[in-house]
Amino acid sequence: MQRISSGRDMTPNLEVTIGSLRLKNPVMTASGTFGYGEEYAEFMDLNALGAIVVKGLSLKPKEGNPPPRIVETASGMLNSIGLQNIGIERFIHDKLPFLRRFDTPVVVNFFGDSVDEYAAATARLDGIDGIHALEMNISCPNKQAGWAVFGTDPKVTCEVVGAVRKRTSLPLIVKLSPNVTDIALMARVAEDSGADALSLINTLTGMAIDIRTRRPKLANIRGGLSGPAIKPVAIRMIYDVFRAVKIPIIGMGGIMNAGDALEFMMAGASAVAVGTANFINPRTAVEVVAGLATFMEREQVKEIRSLTGAAHAG
Amino acid sequence: MSRYFRAEISANIPLNDNHNLLSLTNLDPMDEPEPGQFYMVEVNQGYDPLLKRAFSLFRRTAEGIQILYRIQGKGTAILRNLKEGAVIRILGPLGNGYPAAPEEAIPVILAGGIGIASVFPLIERFAGKAYVLYGARTGGDLFMIDELRGLSKELHLCTDDGSCSEKGNVVGLLHSLCASRSSCLDHVKVYACGPKVMLREAAKVVSSNCIKAWFSLEEHMACGIGACLGCVTKIKSARPGEEQAFEYQRVCKEGPVFDAEDIVW
Repeated sequence: MQRISSGRDMTPNLEVTIGSLRLKNPVMTASGTFGYGEEYAEFMDLNALGAIVVKGLSLKPKEGNPPPRIVETASGMLNSIGLQNIGIERFIHDKLPFLRRFDTPVVVNFFGDSVDEYAAATARLDGIDGIHALEMNISCPNKQAGWAVFGTDPKVTCEVVGAVRKRTSLPLIVKLSPNVTDIALMARVAEDSGADALSLINTLTGMAIDIRTRRPKLANIRGGLSGPAIKPVAIRMIYDVFRAVKIPIIGMGGIMNAGDALEFMMAGASAVAVGTANFINPRTAVEVVAGLATFMEREQVKEIRSLTGAAHAG
Repeated sequence: MSRYFRAEISANIPLNDNHNLLSLTNLDPMDEPEPGQFYMVEVNQGYDPLLKRAFSLFRRTAEGIQILYRIQGKGTAILRNLKEGAVIRILGPLGNGYPAAPEEAIPVILAGGIGIASVFPLIERFAGKAYVLYGARTGGDLFMIDELRGLSKELHLCTDDGSCSEKGNVVGLLHSLCASRSSCLDHVKVYACGPKVMLREAAKVVSSNCIKAWFSLEEHMACGIGACLGCVTKIKSARPGEEQAFEYQRVCKEGPVFDAEDIVW
């Protein structure tokens, strides 16, 4: 009886920290699935989110890949958007003023085509009012073959993360590719090169073929697989990376509800990001926040951060 | 959040082997749709299929909306089996519909196959003023003929196999119409929805006759609200001085209806 009544009085604390970044709850939006935030403002109070991660940006706008860019697969989808984006300047002038109105940290996801471009993009984003952290994308599966080295060759990863680190004091999150043999190794390389946190996983490289035309369904042939189909892969990778590094992990890959988010946290994530689910139910991220609070009340969990890595105990 | 609402299926009636008319009653307040707008419709609660399905508004009714759809894959096969009373979640109305026409406009509306679903509310809005050119593969795939006759100034039908009315396609009908009215095409405005090959050919006819036209396009789509950038199509670049002749625009957000002149085929 006593336990039940104390549970009723308990206000669960959902606050988490990612390096020096304080989040009111651990639920973020995965880059590329939430536009620049404004697309979702009519469906939710953006203040209710832990953080907003915007669509990946580059110094110059990118047109992206030709359509078809989307193919639905069993419990998932392949995309080959190709990092289409409006460029950093237009983001700062046209999109950021809207996001500044909310009491929610903005994480800018960005990428370059060379170490110099990564460094230049970082220098431009550093110190801009309204940008609270940077997430560097070294793991897009839709770039040209040579680009993959940023996220798959430890030497290049070390070089590019190091170059970015030198140009910003903002919390630096490195988004890792699952398309590697040893994700724990890549995580350690990113940590040693100056990352404050890691995001994983990006999409898995995949492909689908139209048996009628006998041609690949995506114009760009290969794409990135996301959605609930990849969740077990993501959980395993987070579990392994949690054991390999000391910096916090932001977990993502097929989160559809609060139960999925909890699984990611127990595997080792300090925060989570909702991705493909935003396309299916635009309110998913805030529903996950509510679901986490309900779980904590029911299970008598006072601090959500106490669940991080819970699956590793014993 | 009136663009994300629950709706109850009040009817889901087969029109032939692979086309159904779905009637929905909104359970939450709903925004008023415009002709040419569309909805993302939830077909199941599980993860396979994962995404909502995009359908044009077919008709605004007193109770809600109607959707005319073709059964062509896993999602629509599930939708066909949903019974009266089932409650589904819907996102919409989405995108930009057909623009309003000036009073003196002479509307000519082209529908190819299931494209009739998109232009039907426009034909209703023109209330007896529109010349409607409607084609399908066979006579059995032409729907709502009696209603269309009542709603149109003239209704011209055609089929690929000649099984109903004239054998041919709507672009041929447009060609004839232009030829017969060649002296007075000034006020003609063309609106079209149908297969891409039909629209591409129709674009040539309107362009050579200097007719203003708006086409509704279709692309693979995940979110419907402009976030995923999956449904882009090539549109002539509006930015002066840019080297590139086109930019990718979102069918779900900047479209689905585009000025025919701007579409890069």
